[in-house]
Amino acid sequence: MGILSSSIARKVAMALSGLFLVFFLGQHFVINLTSVIASDTFNSWSHFMGTNGLVQGILQPVLIFGVIFHFVMGLVLEIRNRNARAINYKSYNGSANSSWASRNMIISGLVILAFLGLHFYDFWVPEIMYKYIESNPEDATRYFPEVVHKFESPVRTGLYVIAFVLLMLHLWHGFASSFQSVGFNNKYSKALTGFAKVYAIVIPLGFIFIAVYHHFNQLHH
Amino acid sequence: MNLTLKIWRQKDGRSKGQMVSYKVSEISEHMSFLEMMDVLNEQLVNSGDEPVAFDHDCREGICGMCSMQINGEPHGPDRGVTTCQLHMRMFKDGDTITIEPFRAKAFPVIKDLVVDRTAFERIQHAGGFISVNTSGNTQDANAIPIDKHVADHAMDAATCIGCGACVAACKNASAMLFVGAKVSQYALLPQGQVEATERVLSMVAQMDKEGFGNCTNTGACEIECPKGISLENIARMNREYLKASLKG
Ligand code: SF4
Ligand code: FES
Repeated sequence: MGILSSSIARKVAMALSGLFLVFFLGQHFVINLTSVIASDTFNSWSHFMGTNGLVQGILQPVLIFGVIFHFVMGLVLEIRNRNARAINYKSYNGSANSSWASRNMIISGLVILAFLGLHFYDFWVPEIMYKYIESNPEDATRYFPEVVHKFESPVRTGLYVIAFVLLMLHLWHGFASSFQSVGFNNKYSKALTGFAKVYAIVIPLGFIFIAVYHHFNQLHH
Repeated sequence: MNLTLKIWRQKDGRSKGQMVSYKVSEISEHMSFLEMMDVLNEQLVNSGDEPVAFDHDCREGICGMCSMQINGEPHGPDRGVTTCQLHMRMFKDGDTITIEPFRAKAFPVIKDLVVDRTAFERIQHAGGFISVNTSGNTQDANAIPIDKHVADHAMDAATCIGCGACVAACKNASAMLFVGAKVSQYALLPQGQVEATERVLSMVAQMDKEGFGNCTNTGACEIECPKGISLENIARMNREYLKASLKG
């Protein structure tokens, strides 16, 4: 794998792609949040993201590459790490020295990946169909009703909530850990780790709130 | 105390091993874990059985020879101690204690609880040293002023005894805490600068070659390390490695 042939290079690559995805997540969250505050803003921002050439032509492919890279790298690491201990312990007290989240990144990661499949099917595929296959004229007011409609289903809302809980666990370990991986461990680490931990809780909770809000809000009407 | 011990027995590197149960009685809580193992071995020898092979040397926590995964943790449930310093008062009468060798592909079992940790030595040979010419013109080390804090960090890193508990504890069998400590103790001092680039690159390359796993920052090593080696050393090694890679 050339440049990624050493354990530290792989670790740094995992951290950097993770940080990129964390950044994207924050951006995604801000846009989603407007859907519960002001549907007009949500529509216009979504319209911009959906039609802007730079976003569609460059940022979107970069993002997809980022997700695939992070996943493939994670899988490679997992396989190598399993091989590094050929015979397992009969008794292994992992919780004595590390958190569940840190030891099970592959589980939370795979759940998030499965969620991304659903999420693509829910939003990305219909979007591509609408824009590029059926070549419908752009209607800048369609985004908000589309989102609200998706969260009618209690099953889908439930699946989203579960995925966000796993995302929380994944970020709880992953975000703060990425600073350590790139070699950042000094007097500012504590503050930065604190920020990462807060982010890991607040952002997924926010996503849960948005999904649940849209689900229950329409039951009233 | 009366205890039940479940111990990994394996005749040699090629044989398949298995867990075997033993009973020991009248164990004093003041005994060290290795003294308790001595009691068991006397018992085994008296009854004509093969004693359990385990590593030890100094029995005072400085040589790094003793090992053992005790109830799922390297060096047992106590913190900041090696197995030879672990007291039996950490256990209760009637307990069942599981004792296994340190497990890692890079630490193959030689016999029972004895594992081959020469992989660590090969990593050291790859760069864990400085070259000094002792021709008589060598500058006195004390003539080079070093910030107290920096010297303390270097000293902390240098207290690693190479026991391998970090590898044994890590779910990935990663050796990064050990290598991080060895890289750091030189990286922090002016004497280590001359070979800094080459050192970190070769030590990491050797570590990977030995088949240790990749660090995922679970932090298990730091908790289980008998010498309290900090994760900071891994971050420093990562930094040194990135710096060295850019220099080529
Ligand atoms: S870092 Fe700690 S656990 Fe690892 S070899 Fe050194 S002393 Fe042992
Ligand atoms: S026997 Fe030397 S450290 Fe335990």
